[in-house]
Amino acid sequence: MNGVHDMGGMQDMGPVQREKNEPVFHQRWEGRVWGMMWLGSAWGKWNLDAMRHAIERIPPADYLRVSYYEKWLAALVDLVTGRGLVTRAELESGKPAAGSAKATPPVKAEGVPALIARGNPVKRDVAVAARFQVGQRVRGRNINPVTHTRLPRYARGKIGTIERDHGVFLFADSNAHFQGEKPQHLYSVRFTARELWGEQASARDSIYVNLWDDHLEPA
Amino acid sequence: MKTSRRDFIAKSGAAAAAMHDLAHAQAPDQGHEHEHSLVPSDPALRVKSLESLLVEKGLVDPAALDALVDTFQHKIGPRNGAQVVARAWVDSGFKKRLLADGTAAIAELGFGGRGGDYLQVVENTPTVHNLVVCTLCSCYPWAVLGLPPIWYKSAAYRSRAVIDPRGVLREFGLELPENVELRVHDSTAELRYLVLPERPAGTEKLKEEELAALVTRDAMIGVAKVAAPKPGGRA
Repeated sequence: MNGVHDMGGMQDMGPVQREKNEPVFHQRWEGRVWGMMWLGSAWGKWNLDAMRHAIERIPPADYLRVSYYEKWLAALVDLVTGRGLVTRAELESGKPAAGSAKATPPVKAEGVPALIARGNPVKRDVAVAARFQVGQRVRGRNINPVTHTRLPRYARGKIGTIERDHGVFLFADSNAHFQGEKPQHLYSVRFTARELWGEQASARDSIYVNLWDDHLEPA
Repeated sequence: MKTSRRDFIAKSGAAAAAMHDLAHAQAPDQGHEHEHSLVPSDPALRVKSLESLLVEKGLVDPAALDALVDTFQHKIGPRNGAQVVARAWVDSGFKKRLLADGTAAIAELGFGGRGGDYLQVVENTPTVHNLVVCTLCSCYPWAVLGLPPIWYKSAAYRSRAVIDPRGVLREFGLELPENVELRVHDSTAELRYLVLPERPAGTEKLKEEELAALVTRDAMIGVAKVAAPKPGGRA
């Protein structure tokens, strides 16, 4: 989706503003939202890619206006209702539907270290042939899906070099829409800054982007 | 009146958003049809209500939520990464393993899991400087740096780190000589990047813990270098 979230290369967003001694969370509710997103995902109703896409679907003006964890809250509401954990009526009343059975949370406090340790395993041990070899010149495909994609706009139509083959990973673009893992090779692709931005860029600089087979074509 | 244009934009943006909220309040069903994730007003209250609903339905255990938040507030953070860097500075065998397989190497120090499953460590040298960004969202090596600061997730950083990385570094006070090669890593998949900064001169006699105390979060993202200890002062 050519959304406002795809920010690489945009200009006039102002200076980078830093905060001294920044806390992990500025307000208690931020940590609660962040944690509920993770614990809620243990129900297997959504994955990290779907969560990212829920954030991307926030209307562009709101996306730029609201804080980071407000976006998480919007996405969490979207996911718990859209994926069937909570009904709209329950969300609005703040109460479980009358007569509904109480579930048992999949993760208890003592299970938290294991939850963190499990991470987000997305590498797949399946034999899928790599379409590209290290050192090969490739082009970011000129695709403009209205769905989730991890191919940034700035790399589309641009020529780069395969620097590293990371092996077979599930494909975020299909996984975000629950359309299967579509496991395929993931690469580090090096684009020179001049290829991406022209003569204004330094001749010595490069941008390394992680892209999957489906994002690339031979150049 | 330098800020007048941005003020105007902020105000008109807020007005547009308010109208958007209003439109959805009047026609919530129609509003949902175009599949936007709507931003709720008054987040603190909304979160409180959502949490009590999820807890009452048995979907989330509040004690697990406490434990998860507490872990990332107090146990997992940039001090983890600083230990990794210091170890690499004093132990060349570890450094070699770290650069070859970041995930396996940080496990030697007891680190890993979420946000470190596929860790690639990139080394700064006198001729190469690395910078890490996530232009599409906020991907960050949680296992070694904890959760990212606001600036890392900001539109300003995400947009410019790839098109004007040297300008961004200058804002952080780092003037990169033109003869140094700059490599920007955009975290577009589940690989996470940790910058191994250069060990500063004058630290030959420091112990590993003293070295770790010098290493900053910003140096491990690549927006700063590790400064040498002040003469006479302890690390």
